[in-house]
Amino acid sequence: MKKIFSLYKYAGKYWIYAVLCPIFMVGEAVLELQIPDQIGNLINYLRYTSAEALELMEILKYGLILLGFSFASLLSGMIGGITAAIASSGFAKNLKTDLFRKIESFSFANIDKYSTSSLITRMTTDSNWIQLSFAMSIRMLFRSPALFIYAIIKASRVSGDLSMIFFIAVPFILLGLIIIFLTAHPHFSKGIKKIDKLNEVVEENVRGIRVVKSFTKEKAEINKFEAVSKDIYKEFTFAQKIVNLNEPVMMISMYTVLIFIAVIGSQMTGTGDLTSGELYELITYSFQILINLMMMSMVFSLFIISKPSRDRVYEVLHEKPTITNPNDPIMEVKDGSIEFHNAYFKYNESSEKYVLNNINLKINSGETIGILGTTGSSKTTLISVIARLYDLSSGTVKVGGYDVKEYDLKVLRDAVSVVLQKNVLFSGTILDNLRWGNKDATDTECIEASKIAQADSFIEQFPDKYNTYIEQGGSNVSGGQKQRLCIARAILKNPKILILDDSMSAVDTKTDKLIRDGLKEYRKDITKIIVAQRCASVMDADKIVIIDNGEIIGLGNHDNLMKTSKAYQEVYYSQNKEVK
Amino acid sequence: MRGNAKLSGTKTPQKINFKSLIDTIKLMWKGNEIRTILVLTFTLLSALAGAIAMSFTQRLYDEVVPLFESHDENAMSALISLVTVWGSFLAVELILIVIRGQIIVKLGQNTLRKVRNAMFNNMEYLPIRFFDQNKYGDIMSRYTNDVDTLDNFITQTIPNLISVVTSVFALFIMMLINNWLLTIITIVILGLIMLLSTQLLKRSTKHFILRQKLLGRLNGYVEEMMEGTRVVQVFNHQDTAMSEFETIIEEYRQEELKGNMIGNVIAPLNGNLIRIEYVIITIIGAAFVLNGNYTIGLLITFLTFLNNFANPIARFAQQLTSVAQASAGSMRIIDLMTQEHEVDDGYVTLVNYNKDANGNIIETDENNHNWAWKHPHEDGTLTYTPLCGEIVLKDVDFSYVKEKQILYDINIYAKPGQKIALVGETGAGKTTITNLINRFYDIEDGKIRYDGININKIKKSDLRKSLGLVLQETNLFTGTIKDNIKLGKEDATDEEVIEAAKVANADSFIRMMPNGYDTILVRAGENLSQGQRQLIAIARAAIADFPVLILDEATSSIDTRTEQIVQKGMDKLMENRTVFVIAHRLSTIQSANAIMVMRHGRIIERGEHKSLIELKGMYYQLYTGKFELE
Repeated sequence: MKKIFSLYKYAGKYWIYAVLCPIFMVGEAVLELQIPDQIGNLINYLRYTSAEALELMEILKYGLILLGFSFASLLSGMIGGITAAIASSGFAKNLKTDLFRKIESFSFANIDKYSTSSLITRMTTDSNWIQLSFAMSIRMLFRSPALFIYAIIKASRVSGDLSMIFFIAVPFILLGLIIIFLTAHPHFSKGIKKIDKLNEVVEENVRGIRVVKSFTKEKAEINKFEAVSKDIYKEFTFAQKIVNLNEPVMMISMYTVLIFIAVIGSQMTGTGDLTSGELYELITYSFQILINLMMMSMVFSLFIISKPSRDRVYEVLHEKPTITNPNDPIMEVKDGSIEFHNAYFKYNESSEKYVLNNINLKINSGETIGILGTTGSSKTTLISVIARLYDLSSGTVKVGGYDVKEYDLKVLRDAVSVVLQKNVLFSGTILDNLRWGNKDATDTECIEASKIAQADSFIEQFPDKYNTYIEQGGSNVSGGQKQRLCIARAILKNPKILILDDSMSAVDTKTDKLIRDGLKEYRKDITKIIVAQRCASVMDADKIVIIDNGEIIGLGNHDNLMKTSKAYQEVYYSQNKEVK
Repeated sequence: MRGNAKLSGTKTPQKINFKSLIDTIKLMWKGNEIRTILVLTFTLLSALAGAIAMSFTQRLYDEVVPLFESHDENAMSALISLVTVWGSFLAVELILIVIRGQIIVKLGQNTLRKVRNAMFNNMEYLPIRFFDQNKYGDIMSRYTNDVDTLDNFITQTIPNLISVVTSVFALFIMMLINNWLLTIITIVILGLIMLLSTQLLKRSTKHFILRQKLLGRLNGYVEEMMEGTRVVQVFNHQDTAMSEFETIIEEYRQEELKGNMIGNVIAPLNGNLIRIEYVIITIIGAAFVLNGNYTIGLLITFLTFLNNFANPIARFAQQLTSVAQASAGSMRIIDLMTQEHEVDDGYVTLVNYNKDANGNIIETDENNHNWAWKHPHEDGTLTYTPLCGEIVLKDVDFSYVKEKQILYDINIYAKPGQKIALVGETGAGKTTITNLINRFYDIEDGKIRYDGININKIKKSDLRKSLGLVLQETNLFTGTIKDNIKLGKEDATDEEVIEAAKVANADSFIRMMPNGYDTILVRAGENLSQGQRQLIAIARAAIADFPVLILDEATSSIDTRTEQIVQKGMDKLMENRTVFVIAHRLSTIQSANAIMVMRHGRIIERGEHKSLIELKGMYYQLYTGKFELE
């Protein structure tokens, strides 16, 4: 409940429309209800006035009143619809904007918690469900109960005794609807899960069709699919059969009320307790009462159905960014020196194992550092804490002589440029992508950085050169080209420290060397950290760090390590035997 | 056959396609004949019963109420007889609706199940071309969105339409009987209302299309930024992203607003205009009563009829929209259901055999790892050729699309047990060659022979069964690890599974999984590392144990240690097998019997590692890293 209300604040500057909408919606309904009253009066007039006394003028008077109410109701309804549109589209915009802003403020640790696809779902499908229930609530949440109560009051004013029937019919309907909902709901959720499973089978068959065909497993996969499809059939058939009882429950109640009022009401006309017109009004009101009951149950079930979406969005909105700017931050990074002091790190507070274990390491400004280690040895973690993508669990890491936590985040990350292992290009031209590094970079600067990253040569071969359009996710350039563009983008930042996290794995050895040489020649002052799988990529570094299981197990230059580190020798020989 | 495997687009047309509408109804009809007839009859009858029941209000006002008001002693019995008949009509309507509601669920769900199964059944036998030419999302949406639309159409739209048409027709007759003049006035006013609402609907459709376009852009941006959220962080791009997002979402909001405004206005407009019509009819009717040729009871009944008559008609335009959507959706479903199967007219099959005392091959049913090609000839004779794994490509030309030739004059001779490496840049045609050997695609010119038999004569399923395949992108399937390995050999025992896993070096890591070989893989092996997935794929090929292997090495970076383990598994798998390997690593290439260096669809150099190095040609350049191997 709290979550529902807390989401309403996203109406934001459109709040006035969100308030006006229910008012006009109720207004429309109340005006609408005046019509049966007036028609009832008209009927009484027609019936109880002797034929000679009937006047056309009197009838026209009723007509004018009726038309007045109708037009007022029309106007009110239109305004209600328009305000609803303004409020709900504004609401959706505010909600999505806030979600987006929140996700932008996430640290890597926050991001790790959610998968990319789940974040996308929250921004799209989930937000749309919430928007729908918001729109429904401002239009119906007040209108239906208001009408419901209004109709009951009016009905009991017409005849208190007769309207007692509603006190039987309404609880009966409510009970029926609740039982139906509670019985069907679990089967619906089960069915929806089965549909997910079905989609999964389709997905893996479409993507893995070559495997299916080469093992001639078409029939087996069809059996798998049909089994799931049968489950879906069972769950949904059951659930929908139950839900389809909704209509009969409503109809039974409606018809019972109708017959009851007809039987008792017509007798009451004999005793003079009821007029024909009042009988007409009563029947109209009873329809109103039941229809609005139905509407309320619809709004209610929409709230239930959209609950998982609400929970998911709420979760993101209330996620606390684990890394925030310090008060009074340092606004300049002096140089590219790095120092780890007793650094420990684990991704999860509850896990026992440290991913970084007592790291002590000093790197001078301008040095080239190589980092070697197997998958899972924490190479990426080691470099991530330098740019404060994660915060250490204990110990410190200093850049330019100060703890990274003392810097302004933006300043730090501008100074420490990381080329991520899993990198992404964005849709836009090559220049657009490069300027992520520095939005004011001139064409010449972009070309220069591309030359260092060995990207210029292939860019020049594209028909549109630097204006070549990169498709979403960089799908129209090869893996090696993508990596080189990412390196160029990082160089453009003019950082104090440049970190290449296994960023040249798809580049051939020769280009790999050219990039490293280029960096050495044209970016002398910056500290370069190269995380690699290949020995060759780090051989000529000033220092090579060998890391295993989160610990530094070797440190020195190539010649040094060849003498002292067994791990280094192993890697070196295993990779070089084939070349000799 | 060429190039026609493309599915029709996913755009929603605004017009109803009658052919596909009829096809949809056929889909529903088949296997549901009785249900469909029952649903239709019940809908018709209940609508009729409902319409007739409405006329009883008139009799209440005109016949019963006056009796009570004049204290007639027959009043009570008149009331009872009226209510009995009235009540029975209502009861009939109710019962029909309950039963119909239950049958219609079965009808709908049955059709959906049939449609799903039919789509999948057909899809599994489509040629690879189909999967290469159609986007994953396009195929998927047929199983999701389009099936939903169809569901809606069967369970809501069709019954609604029938009941609306029936009751509107019945009401129309009863209104005519009640008062023909009032009826005509009603129709005229209703016509004007519909004209107005159709105009509005047209405008809202225009906005709707624009809105969908902007929504696509918004969602595309969100997707891209969520995928790249780490890069956004690293480049301090948050503010820029934020302001871009705000621009895009504001544009979307304005369009959504326009569309929704019109949409939100249509409903109250329709409702209130009908109410105004109602008022007009009341006044005219009252004037008739005044003239004395009309009764109040008749007037009230007419008004009740009018209410139930006008609303469905005014909403008719909206109903048609959902019919249009359904016809578009079922067109796409039927499209997938009727795509043409891969043709398999091969007649050479793979059978098990034993040798008799004379060394003759005798066919057997037992699965004994002795395989032979069973080759019936035109003259009625049968020959058996033992499966050895010799593959010969002679003067093979190929193109995926006409006028864009991919392979020229490919000649490869692979003796049993030999290892052939295919090397070259992206797009040189390496993968295409392997696609031709297992007949994922058919060659244009030339010949491919397998143990001396033209592969066009071999039954495709048997041909493919005899070729092990380990692909770059390892595709695992939902199920346990064991299930996945057994994909290579359905009737494999647990021992055989373990044996194969050992060959692939996968046994040790599988044993460390919480449930060992029974560990369930979620989302195609998302819970495994890439190296582990590859090892399972190797085990899967190992258990199939066939003499020819097609290997597309993984390019992505796995670390040296895992790579070595994978490599060892591969090496073991390659022993004693004819292997076609698309090579990305120097180590694989060196041990190959023959290396085919490919460029622009031709083999430009061939030979062993040593001789190619000495040649100092393209291979030498690749080897020394002047070209990128990818």
